[in-house]
Amino acid sequence: MLIKQLSVFTENKPGGLAPIIETLGKSNIDISALSLADTSEYGILRLIVNNSELAVTVLKEIGVVVKVTDVLAVAMDDTPGGLSKILEIFVHKNINVDYMYAFVGSVNNKALMVVKVSEPEAAAKALADAGISTAEAKDIYRI
Amino acid sequence: MAMWQKEIETMPREEIKKLQSERLVWQVKRMYENVELFRRRMDEKGLKPSDITSVDDLPKLPFSYKQDLRDWYPYGLFAVPTHDIVRVHASSGTTGKKIVVGYTEKDIKDWDDCVARMMTALGLGKDDFVQVSYGYGLFTGGLGAHGGATAIGATVIPMSSGNTHNQIQTMVDFGSTALCCTPSYALYLGESAEELGVTDKLQLKAGIFGAEPWTEDMRHAIEDKLGLKAYDIYGLSEIMGPGVACECEYQAGMHVWEDMFIPEIIDPDTGEVLPYGEQGELVFTTITKEGFPLIRYRTRDICQLIAEPCKCGRTHIRMKKPCGRSDDMLIIRGVNVFPSQIEEVLMSIGGDITPNYQIVVDRVNNTDTFDVNVEMSESLFADDVKSIEKLEKSITQKLRDVLGIGANVHLVNPKSIQRSEGKAKRVIDNRKL
Repeated sequence: MLIKQLSVFTENKPGGLAPIIETLGKSNIDISALSLADTSEYGILRLIVNNSELAVTVLKEIGVVVKVTDVLAVAMDDTPGGLSKILEIFVHKNINVDYMYAFVGSVNNKALMVVKVSEPEAAAKALADAGISTAEAKDIYRI
Repeated sequence: MAMWQKEIETMPREEIKKLQSERLVWQVKRMYENVELFRRRMDEKGLKPSDITSVDDLPKLPFSYKQDLRDWYPYGLFAVPTHDIVRVHASSGTTGKKIVVGYTEKDIKDWDDCVARMMTALGLGKDDFVQVSYGYGLFTGGLGAHGGATAIGATVIPMSSGNTHNQIQTMVDFGSTALCCTPSYALYLGESAEELGVTDKLQLKAGIFGAEPWTEDMRHAIEDKLGLKAYDIYGLSEIMGPGVACECEYQAGMHVWEDMFIPEIIDPDTGEVLPYGEQGELVFTTITKEGFPLIRYRTRDICQLIAEPCKCGRTHIRMKKPCGRSDDMLIIRGVNVFPSQIEEVLMSIGGDITPNYQIVVDRVNNTDTFDVNVEMSESLFADDVKSIEKLEKSITQKLRDVLGIGANVHLVNPKSIQRSEGKAKRVIDNRKL
């Protein structure tokens, strides 16, 4: 239900991202979704990868600060109003969306969205109750 | 040449020495009786007040340190009962703990005389308007300059610091003829006056600038922009406040008022007294101070004393501008900053582990810049921008509370702060002073 997301601190300057991505590539780690939140001085790089444990290990080895967070990968109809339906469920349950970003590609013709919410477990249950599927780790890693 | 206390200011050297000896004997005796810490230190050395008979015995006496003021905070080192203290001043120490100094009525009068001697030397008097733009309050700058200007009968304009436009307006409207502030602020005022196009309306003759390091280039720039002569003043609240040493009309080093303060230059490592002219740590003994006297106080300022007579006719020895510190204290925008204060703030935020940090000081457009880089760590890092911004703000706020000045806080990559032999370099001071 919940999948692991890596968050990495990086200074907002040339050469901030490159070593992180390069390290993951060298360790044969596949990135299936990514987003970068930025401020003028620093950024938070968020990643969904196929082997988060290995990714944490190799990133720590190069001295990167990395945190693992539980997020939802919500499968929704890839049609207008698809996302709206999901958000309505959260509003109804008073669950706050901290941030979200989209996956590249789709699973079973559904669009996939990474959503970080205030209460991940409750959100997953609310979605399940509404008949909306959330991707499992094994689905994600095949993308 | 105008002098405030001609007899004292031009006193022959041998008479100064005689006066110093008398006063030192008096001071040591009363401090031994009234100041517990001093008595303990004398006893440890096996010294009795009667062992001190002249200034030549000064090197026998124990040193005193800034830490003493913290250990005996607030009034533990006063040599008179507090009912004889008419004023206190204080400066920020490490987190939450100030250092406090106290003055009797006579101490305040002596202080006024110190500053009045300087103002008189610069040609100031009853007809002058002295704009005091040092901060008023526990900081000694504002009231120190105020007292001297009042003593010479000038009209004091007690502006305190800040509000640049108002400062300039006042200078123009009130016809200020003298300005007292930090040199960097003086330069800033000069530049602002130029921008406002009022430079030709200024009537300033003299400026008394101190409380932070400045250069001859800065002196010329200030003189050029404000159309005055810029003079250097030295002091520290532990000893008195501004006016412990002052430049005369010749701008050739600051006369230390030796009838009140005995300066020594020592080797900061061995404590050994060095001959005049050599560079070392400046040490002061206050021989007239009643309220809060200090014997052989380690200022941590590195400087030189000039024994050659001055053209002005004053016989009191001169000191050069301090050229460094024997500890790691920084003076940023006139405020004393110790790296340990920053470390304490970060320790309070970082939990078990103090984050790695680096202080970067520079001078841009004659104003000090103050940046604190803090390495991101696992315990500080959060997944959302909101939390990191909150962290950054909280570090900034706490630093301001502790230091009294603002720092630009930057969160940087872990292990990005340059290390030499495994130890991070804490301070980078790019100011060319």
